[in-house]
Amino acid sequence: MQARHLRTVGAETTTAAAQEPRRRLIDVQGLVKIYRTPDGDVPSLQPLTFDIADGEFIAVVGPSGCGKSTLLKLIAGLVPATSGSIEIDGRQVVEPPDDIGIVFQTPVLMAWRSVLRNIMLPVEVRKLDRASHLARAHALIEMTGLKGFENKFPWQLSGGMQQRAALCRALVHDPRIVLMDEPFGALDALTRERMNIELQRIHFETRKTILLITHSIPEAVFLADRVVVMTERPGAIAAIYDVDLPRPRRLSTMSEPAFIEIAKAVRSHFFAQGGID
Amino acid sequence: MANDRVVSPTPGVRRRDHAWARPLIFLALLVVLWDLIVRLFDIPPYLIPKPWDVALAFRDEGGRLMLEAIPTTIATLGGFALSVIFGVGTAMLIAGFKPVESYVYPLLVFSQSIPKVAVAPLFVVWFGFGMTPKVISAFLLGFFPVVVAGVQGFKSIDPDMRDLIRSMKASRLQTFGMLSFPHALPAIFAGFKVSVTLAVVGAVVGEFVGSNSGIGYVLQRSIGNFELPTMFACLVILALIGCVLFWLVEVVERRLVPWHASQRVDVVATP
Ligand SMILES: Nc1ncnc2c1ncn2[C@@H]1O[C@H](COP(=O)(O)OP(=O)(O)OP(=O)(O)O)[C@@H](O)[C@H]1O
Ligand SMILES: [Mg+2]
Repeated sequence: MQARHLRTVGAETTTAAAQEPRRRLIDVQGLVKIYRTPDGDVPSLQPLTFDIADGEFIAVVGPSGCGKSTLLKLIAGLVPATSGSIEIDGRQVVEPPDDIGIVFQTPVLMAWRSVLRNIMLPVEVRKLDRASHLARAHALIEMTGLKGFENKFPWQLSGGMQQRAALCRALVHDPRIVLMDEPFGALDALTRERMNIELQRIHFETRKTILLITHSIPEAVFLADRVVVMTERPGAIAAIYDVDLPRPRRLSTMSEPAFIEIAKAVRSHFFAQGGID
Repeated sequence: MANDRVVSPTPGVRRRDHAWARPLIFLALLVVLWDLIVRLFDIPPYLIPKPWDVALAFRDEGGRLMLEAIPTTIATLGGFALSVIFGVGTAMLIAGFKPVESYVYPLLVFSQSIPKVAVAPLFVVWFGFGMTPKVISAFLLGFFPVVVAGVQGFKSIDPDMRDLIRSMKASRLQTFGMLSFPHALPAIFAGFKVSVTLAVVGAVVGEFVGSNSGIGYVLQRSIGNFELPTMFACLVILALIGCVLFWLVEVVERRLVPWHASQRVDVVATP
C-alpha cells in the first residue's frame, strides 16, 4: 500500500505532542437526550460526562440501540441536547461545527453524483479551493482502493465500496475532528483490517481527533487510545478503558496478551448485559 | 429451451427493438377482436363502427383531422407547461413551509374533488371562446398530479442525508439545489407523465364547451351527427397525441435522471 501523506505533522511536533499533556478538545458534561415522540418520550442517553483530548482516538462500544448514533449526532450539533452541554475547543456546540467530518452509519451517497463528485461535496458546499482538494480527493481514493471508480455512480459500487467513498468524503476537507458511526460494518473482514490499519496511519500522521463507534471490540481496542463502553438504553458510560499499547499497532498486536486482556475486560460488560449484537 | 433464445449478448439493445413491436402487435390483436365482435354480434354501425370504416374516415378526413389536432396539441402543451411551472412551484412551497402545507394542501385536495368538466363552461364565460379556456382546462387537470408527486419527492429525503448536508452548513439554496431538487426529480417526472396525459383530456374538455376548432370540437360534432367513424378516428388521434407527449416526457426524463433506478442501463457519469 502506498503511503500518501495527508497533512503530516513534522517529526519534532510529533514528539512534542507525545510528551506534553494533551489539551482537552471535546468536553461532554451531564449530557442527556430524550427523544420526544408522539407516543411518548424515548430516553436515549443518561447523564454522560467524559472528554476527548486533542488528537485522541476514542472508540465507543455498546449494545444496539443504546444511543451511540445519538451521541455522535449530539457532538456533531445535528440534534439538540435535552440537558447538559457539549463544548468543542471551549465553545458550546449549538450548530454543526466547522472543522468536522462525519461518516454516517449508512453511506448516504447522492445517487445522482459520481463517486468523485460525492467525495467533493463538502468542498463544494463549503466553497473551498477546488484544485487543492481535488488532489486530496484523489489521494484518498487511491488510499481506500477506489481508484478507477471515480466516475461511477454509487449504485454501481458494492456496499463496502460505498462506505469507503463516504469515508473519503468525511476526510476530504481535512477536518480536525472526525466522527465515525460504524464505518466498517459493511466491509468484509479483510478489507476491514486494511481500513483499520489505514485509519490508524491517518490518525498517527495527521493527529486528527477521532471518535469511532463500532460493534467490534477488537477493532475498538486495536484503534483507540481509550475505549468507552456504554450500557443498555438509555445509554450511560459503563467504563472507560485506557489502551496503552504502543503504536503503531500491527495485526499481530491482536494476539498479544495485553491486547487480549483489554478486549476481555471490555467484553465482560456485554456478557453481563446479554451481549453486543 | 425458450430461455436460450431470449438471452442475447446485448440484452439492452434487443429489448429496445422489441419495445416498439410488442404494443403494436397487441393493438393489432385488439383491432381484430373489435372487428370480430362487431361482425359476430351484428352490432349496427351507429353504435360501433367497423375498424375498416374508421380507416376510411381517416382516408377521407385524415388531413383535416391532423389540422384540427394542432390547436388541441397546443392547448395541451400550454396547459402542461403551466402545470409544470405552478405544480413544481406549489410542491416546493408545500414541502418547504409547514404553514403552507397545513393551510393550502388540504384545500388543494378539496378543490380536486370539484368536477372540472362541470366548471369548464364557466371559463368560457370568463375568458371567451378560443385558446384560453382550453389551456386553463388542460392546466387544471394536469396541475394536481405534479403537485402530489413533487411533494412526495421533496419530502422523501433520507434523514441521514439531511444530516449530512446540514453538517456541512449548507445554505437553504444549496440544500435545495444539491439535495432536494435532484432527489425529487424522478418523482416529479412520474407526476409529469400522468399530468401530460390528463392535460390532453383537459384540452378536449375545453374544446367541448367553448371552441370551434380542435379535435374535441370535431369529436362533439361528429357525435351529434352520428358520424361514428369520424368520432373513432378522433379518439385514435387523441390517443396518439397522448402517447407521443408521454414518450417525449420520457425522453427528457432519461436525459435528466439517468441515475435513477427506473432508468439505469449502464451509464457512466461524466466527471
Ligand atoms: N429520531 C428519533 N426519534 C425518536 N427516537 C429515536 C430517534 N433516533 C433514535 N431514537 C431512539 O434512541 C435510541 C438510541 O438510538 P441510536 O440510533 O442512538 O442507537 P445506536 O446505539 O446507534 O444503535 P445501533 O448500534 O443499532 O446503531 C433508540 O432506542 C431509538 O429508538
Ligand atoms: Mg447507530
